[in-house]
Amino acid sequence: MAELASPPGYEGPIVQMRGVRKAFNIGTPIETEVLHGVDLTLERGEFCAVMGPSGSGKSTLLNIVGLLDRPSGGRMSICGEETTQLEDAALSHLRAHRIGFVFQYHYLISAFTALENVLMPMLGQAGFANRAMVGRASELLDKVGLAHRRDNLATHLSGGEQQRVAVARAMAMNPALLLADEPTGNLDTKSAQKVFDLMRALNRDSKTAILFVTHNAALAQRCDRIIDIVDGTIAPARSIESARSAA
Amino acid sequence: MRFWLPFEWIIASRFLREGRLQTAFIVGGVAIGVAVIVFMSALLTGLQANFIRRVLSAQAHIQLLPPQEVARALGGDGAQEGAVMQPPLQRLRTIDQWQALVTQIRTMPEVLVVSPSATGSALAVRGDASRAISVIGIDPALYFRIVPVSDKIVAGTPRLTSSDILIGTELAGDLGAGVGDKLRISAASGASNVLTITGVFDLGNKGANQRTTYMALHSAQSLLGFTGGVSSIDVTVKDVYGAEVVAQRITALTGVQADSWIKTNAQFFSAVQAQVTANTAIRFFVALSVAFGIASVLFVSVVQKSKDIGILRAMGISRGQILRVFLLQGGLLGLFGSAVGCALGAAALLAWRGYAIGADGQPIVPVTLQATLFAAALALATVSGLVAAFAPALRAARLDPVVAIRG
Repeated sequence: MAELASPPGYEGPIVQMRGVRKAFNIGTPIETEVLHGVDLTLERGEFCAVMGPSGSGKSTLLNIVGLLDRPSGGRMSICGEETTQLEDAALSHLRAHRIGFVFQYHYLISAFTALENVLMPMLGQAGFANRAMVGRASELLDKVGLAHRRDNLATHLSGGEQQRVAVARAMAMNPALLLADEPTGNLDTKSAQKVFDLMRALNRDSKTAILFVTHNAALAQRCDRIIDIVDGTIAPARSIESARSAA
Repeated sequence: MRFWLPFEWIIASRFLREGRLQTAFIVGGVAIGVAVIVFMSALLTGLQANFIRRVLSAQAHIQLLPPQEVARALGGDGAQEGAVMQPPLQRLRTIDQWQALVTQIRTMPEVLVVSPSATGSALAVRGDASRAISVIGIDPALYFRIVPVSDKIVAGTPRLTSSDILIGTELAGDLGAGVGDKLRISAASGASNVLTITGVFDLGNKGANQRTTYMALHSAQSLLGFTGGVSSIDVTVKDVYGAEVVAQRITALTGVQADSWIKTNAQFFSAVQAQVTANTAIRFFVALSVAFGIASVLFVSVVQKSKDIGILRAMGISRGQILRVFLLQGGLLGLFGSAVGCALGAAALLAWRGYAIGADGQPIVPVTLQATLFAAALALATVSGLVAAFAPALRAARLDPVVAIRG
């Protein structure tokens, strides 16, 4: 899967957003703008926490960066590829090869085992499974410490284990960008710590850029950078040191 | 996981397996629908074939007759005004150039057998007893392929040389004659011939057994004064339901009047057609209810699986792939349901064959288990499943992943 990781020769930022806006119910009396001209750059291998109160636009930002939603205005590129004008099929392709997702809830497919869930993104792109894919999925499960649970159905795993499988699945295509929307929000402290450590290790080993939405200030302080979103705009950057002193 | 299966098949089959109870119920629903279609179709086909066999076992599919004589007024313009036209008597006539006609009809690809015959009325006399009969002069090698008289012989043999005659059981009883006895056959023209009864047949109809007699073609020709002519040509065709079309083609090609069994049995044929229409309507509505059943289950499945669809879309699975996953589920439900339905239908037909026996020990309606019927039922249900799945599949493919994941 390594050959699908990132565009050959591209060394620039993984995410570039310029003046990105997002409004809902456009043209109706209840039109609401959630993001107001967001500028964001995320470099390769950067681990960035996204913080902000509920309703500030964090998830909307993540959905737009993850190409699940389209911005109402502004420009955006992923791995140097301009995305605002792309068709759905091209967005799906880009999502499959460049972006991994981890949500607050694991969203594993209950009909499949842990191994099959990790295999799924590779299978979806190749059409048929093969030994190399199974090897890659097994390796990822081993990395997240769940090699012994590979043949268990997703529903037979604990919450922490399910989230670790979700992280392994997100890394299946060796993406350049991992988007994590409060992945530790539903976990106990110990499991949350495990999942965070896992993501940190993957970030370090594979140089995957990570946008990590969290309400957990302690975890955010362990990231490279913190982005605060307030009322749909990105607040002036603050250093990790200042965040730590504020905490 | 089966490596040889494509992605869409793996997802579709696993989704169906996960919702076991739901899948079992809809497969059961499809199976019952298909079993009804299979059973009804086989029963009605058997019934129809039985009726048609009974009707066509005693007559040709098409009969060519000489044109009717018509009266024409003499004189110029306006001379016939107010004249009373009396229809002429229909004399016994022969078909012009019948040998060429027979050769021409035999070359038609739809035609199986062409048999010329000389028919007319005569009197059968034995001692003091006499009966009016219908003489049918035939070439047995050809005619018996159209009307299987040899199968209906109850005494003697179906041999027909120039001095032989085959008569019905009722006529044999009326004249007190049997196999080996001689009969004098006298035509209205005064010609007569003494023939030996070589066989007695039972056509299954009292009137036909009283009147019908068969003799060799040249015997009938000389008796009826046709001198080498024939009064009708019997034709059988490959497709009995296409007989009318072939008859019209023959008339158009040769100018000879050709009547198909469909025309001469118009009421019977319209009853058969009504049966076909009713059967088609039943099949259509059962298939429709099966399709709606599959569609409703898949709509529910789309709602149940919306989060899975959302996450699959998030990991880059295309709309087309999602569409195919749900189309496949519809097709698989139709296929499995129809396979079970075919088995149920076959079991019901076998039970019918075993239990629905008439007083004569024969099945009330003879049914056969035709592979084509089962193949058609499988194909129909699978295609219905695919078509029924289209709307829910489209809905699944169009799901906004953000909305689907958020629920």
